[in-house]
Amino acid sequence: MTQRDANARTVGRRLTLTLVIFGGLTLAAILGAPLIGSTPISLTRVFDRSIPFADNTDAQIFFVARLPRTLAGALVGAMLASAGVVFQGLLRNPLATPFTLGVSAGAALGAMLAITFGWSLAWLGAPAAPLASFAGSLMAVAIVYALATARHHGLSTNVLLLAGVTMNAFFSALILFVQYFADFSETFRILRWLMGDLDISSYQPLVTALPLVAISFAVFAWLARPLNLLNLGADAAEARGLDVLRAQRAAFLSASLATGAAVSVGGPVGFVGIVVPHLVRLLVGADHRIVLPASALFGAAFLIGCDALARTVMSPLELPVGVITALIGGPFFLWLLVRRT
Amino acid sequence: MLQAAEVTFGYTEAPVVRDVSLEVPAGGFVGIIGPNGSGKTTLLRLLAGTRKPQRGAIFLDGAPLGSIRRAEVARRMAVVPQETHLAFDYSVLEVVLMGRYPHLGAFEIEGPRDIELARTALAATGTGALEARDFTTLSGGEKQRVIIAAALAQISASERTAEQPAILLLDEPTAALDLKYQLETASLLRTLHHAHALSVVVSTHDLNFAASLCTTLVLLRGGQVLAAGPVTDVLTPARIRDLYGVDAEVTRHPRTGHLTVVALSACGPHEATE
Repeated sequence: MTQRDANARTVGRRLTLTLVIFGGLTLAAILGAPLIGSTPISLTRVFDRSIPFADNTDAQIFFVARLPRTLAGALVGAMLASAGVVFQGLLRNPLATPFTLGVSAGAALGAMLAITFGWSLAWLGAPAAPLASFAGSLMAVAIVYALATARHHGLSTNVLLLAGVTMNAFFSALILFVQYFADFSETFRILRWLMGDLDISSYQPLVTALPLVAISFAVFAWLARPLNLLNLGADAAEARGLDVLRAQRAAFLSASLATGAAVSVGGPVGFVGIVVPHLVRLLVGADHRIVLPASALFGAAFLIGCDALARTVMSPLELPVGVITALIGGPFFLWLLVRRT
Repeated sequence: MLQAAEVTFGYTEAPVVRDVSLEVPAGGFVGIIGPNGSGKTTLLRLLAGTRKPQRGAIFLDGAPLGSIRRAEVARRMAVVPQETHLAFDYSVLEVVLMGRYPHLGAFEIEGPRDIELARTALAATGTGALEARDFTTLSGGEKQRVIIAAALAQISASERTAEQPAILLLDEPTAALDLKYQLETASLLRTLHHAHALSVVVSTHDLNFAASLCTTLVLLRGGQVLAAGPVTDVLTPARIRDLYGVDAEVTRHPRTGHLTVVALSACGPHEATE
């Protein structure tokens, strides 16, 4: 009886509950993470309006030094996790993620080209790095899409993983090639960024990535139900009244956009797109209308947490966050792979 | 009424379905039969509108299928594929509620009425007790019934009349099932056809299954219609030899009252290709 009631709880109420719980978690992470660091600060002092900002060192550390990095974690985590959900739903394969498909690597190549050669689209009023990153992820996605549609029943896990490995190797080679042209002082910074690093030290990269973020979230909101239907197979979805081709294109574009935005800010941080959606599905079920927002929120909290760990575990040395996510995500991925077979 | 008028379609250069015409009258029960690779599944896709014919056209109550909005078609006509695999653990109720998609706006959420319709559909297919189960954990026969329930949820509570009943298309509904489930599926389809006043189209290579259910048969060979008409006219030893290359006996079974086909022996290769 309780099971029946739980099932009858409408999607609307489940969604509200999810947003409150996961939203609370994310908010706590955003407020809590900047408190962690070499200099201890107090949240009450940070938000104490009686002290002018110029004199409030706690507020300065919070808002200038630590909050941008935390927000970068939130944005990158949310984007990579939801892009993972979309790729998995679209390809009907739980092992598909921006990282495993080589899409992150494509985005990284794009961003690196823009940064290394100083491309600028100032005349367009648009930032070059996020757009180049988007172009790179789109190129990688186009290859996956061609592979997926060349076979009638989607990609088998084997083909998917092999394609991902190949694309990662290919794009990594190109990245090394481009890196060769960077000057020596840049090399270390690029290397850190390629490991996945949230040390952005200003709000600027976040602001420039924001339009891409907004567009991809708007598309994700529309995509949730089509992704559910696509799980039945393209023909069955079409027979239920879905414009399958439009949904697939929207999914590929928005997930590439999200990956591009994330990578342009934090580099190709790995495994967020696989760890987060799977944990979320265990908690809330498979309905994408719940899974997508929950993954975005949990992805944000997850990456902020990983970054807090990266900053403290070898303090005062700060590790790139990608090292932590890989250490957690690698074994998790293997576990999933074994469990499925 | 659903009609195909000289439709031709191929995935590559070679057509899989060639100049096929057929009619599904309101309230009819039509079987599309033929050996593997004869174009049954493709013909069903054309009828459902999920593939567009390269020549010819499909008409729903006289209107070309391509001219009707996708969602409107989906509210009238539902498809049950041969097999359904899900990559993620949706509950049975969630799968059936996906049938309500064409009734909802882009951001609309299923309401109590949709849930009630989904439960009614589950009850009609005898799967009410499964609603909280993970779809992926069900047996083949149970999955089949749940997908039929989703199809019923999809076409229920639409405006329709006796002249424009809803249409259910099933692709090889018994191919993956053992004997008991085959019989159960047959009796379920018979009940649904009567109780819900549906038109039903079913593709199958099982002649006895078709003979026990359908009023009209369309025999498909190499993508073309070999014969079409009432079961008793079409299901003859000569036609079966043409279709499958086997000698068979066709009798009316004393207990079931249906025509029954018993395959006796394979014909020689040259006869079979004739």
